[in-house]
Amino acid sequence: MTALRFTEDHEWISVDGTAATVGITDYAQDKLGDIVFVELPEVGRVVAKGEAVCVVESVKAASDVYAVASGTVTEINGALEGEPALVNSAAETDGWFYKLELSNPDEVAALMDEDAYQAFVDGAEA
Amino acid sequence: MAEAESDLKQTVLADRHAAAGARFVPFAGYRMPIQYDPKRGGGIVEEHRWTRTQASLFDVSHMGIVDIVGADAGQALERLLPAALADQPLGSQRYSFLLNQTGGIIDDLMVTRLEDNLWRLVINAANRAADLAWLTRNLDPGVAVEPRDDLSLVALQGPAAGAVLAGIDPAVDALYFMQAGTATLAGTACALTRSGYTGEDGFELALPVDRAGAIADLLLADERVRWAGLGARDTLRLEAGLCLHGHDIGPEVTPVEAALTWAIPKRRRAGQDFIGAQPVYRQIQDGAAIRLVGLRPEGRAPVREETDLFDAAGADAGTVTSGSFSPMLEAPIALALVKADLAKPDMVLTARVRGRDIPCRVAPLPFVPHRYRRRTT
Repeated sequence: MTALRFTEDHEWISVDGTAATVGITDYAQDKLGDIVFVELPEVGRVVAKGEAVCVVESVKAASDVYAVASGTVTEINGALEGEPALVNSAAETDGWFYKLELSNPDEVAALMDEDAYQAFVDGAEA
Repeated sequence: MAEAESDLKQTVLADRHAAAGARFVPFAGYRMPIQYDPKRGGGIVEEHRWTRTQASLFDVSHMGIVDIVGADAGQALERLLPAALADQPLGSQRYSFLLNQTGGIIDDLMVTRLEDNLWRLVINAANRAADLAWLTRNLDPGVAVEPRDDLSLVALQGPAAGAVLAGIDPAVDALYFMQAGTATLAGTACALTRSGYTGEDGFELALPVDRAGAIADLLLADERVRWAGLGARDTLRLEAGLCLHGHDIGPEVTPVEAALTWAIPKRRRAGQDFIGAQPVYRQIQDGAAIRLVGLRPEGRAPVREETDLFDAAGADAGTVTSGSFSPMLEAPIALALVKADLAKPDMVLTARVRGRDIPCRVAPLPFVPHRYRRRTT
């Protein structure tokens, strides 16, 4: 398992070979507020990087979540159905969204590491 | 509404909101707290639940307080409001609305008789300019329209609100739902009403702007009281089945369509002597084509404002006017304007959300029972 990588849309991805786990960042959950529903993709769906694959509903509004990388969805986090607030309490661990078999692992290498993402977030807040 | 951050006004309590970790949003020309820091007991759901179990303090100073003063001011106001003002007891409050010529709701408001010839209106922030223009244009020149920019408005709402405030000034114990009085808070006499926008017992307090900070500090010193923002205010009022102007009601929606006919007493229906009376009277007699209802969508996904609704045959049924998630029911709830023949309990309509059909059951309002302190109970 590699360290987490991050996108400018505030998603994270962790990769082990070509198997990846994806979620939204702690910063993102904090900005969205109380999350009451997460619409996840179907297992087996082939997604292209950048395509809308999930919808996160907070009390206030619905937000799209985009595919961090291209590949095939292999598993979704069923726990979010009964307890969407897991995304608030554990965004970067138990609150993961879906697992992906990567079709182009190089896409992940181009993403930000933790330091770069922190700097990106600090820049957004300034 | 796109508003440049720098053009926004703020209330006199802004520093206290910031110190409590508020997240601000632009709202009706003001920079207002939508919620407070989740790491310190804030967040819309937590603030909502706190209001239903303890007491929350809301800064609603963006709303307009307008005094109507003059000989026969009540009679003059009756031309603009379909409430029974002329015989309204001193110190009582009513829910009413300004109607246009077609019976549409220019704004909804609270009207309190403070003195024989002094009436106080609390109006929506977004409609302030339009309301003032309408009032000035339609009231006799002898009746003064006085915006009270020297007052801040805060709401203390929740089952503990009565005990908290009575602990500071026992005089509030004499007040029941929709009654007005005064209380001495931090040495300052303040006008207050026992009412609000959450469905809970509580108060709206008009505070001199230079005393608002000290009085807010006094209220918050009670451990039963926490700040709550506009986010929780919206989910609370939706659970309580209370309309939000500009969403559920507006200049194109009449009180009959909005199921607010209860706010027009018999004498005013019979008299038909207020602006908009004839179209409203006709709808009371003949029924309206559309009606505001509560909806309980199936599943957990909120069905949002402007979502289209369909009947069993797939024909247009209406539109969602407010939609969110109820923290108390842990389920989505909504208000919708639907065709009158579909506005029946347990009627199932279909909402189309992101290409998926969600069954929505027409449900009685309020979604969560009101817990006002009524004299009769």
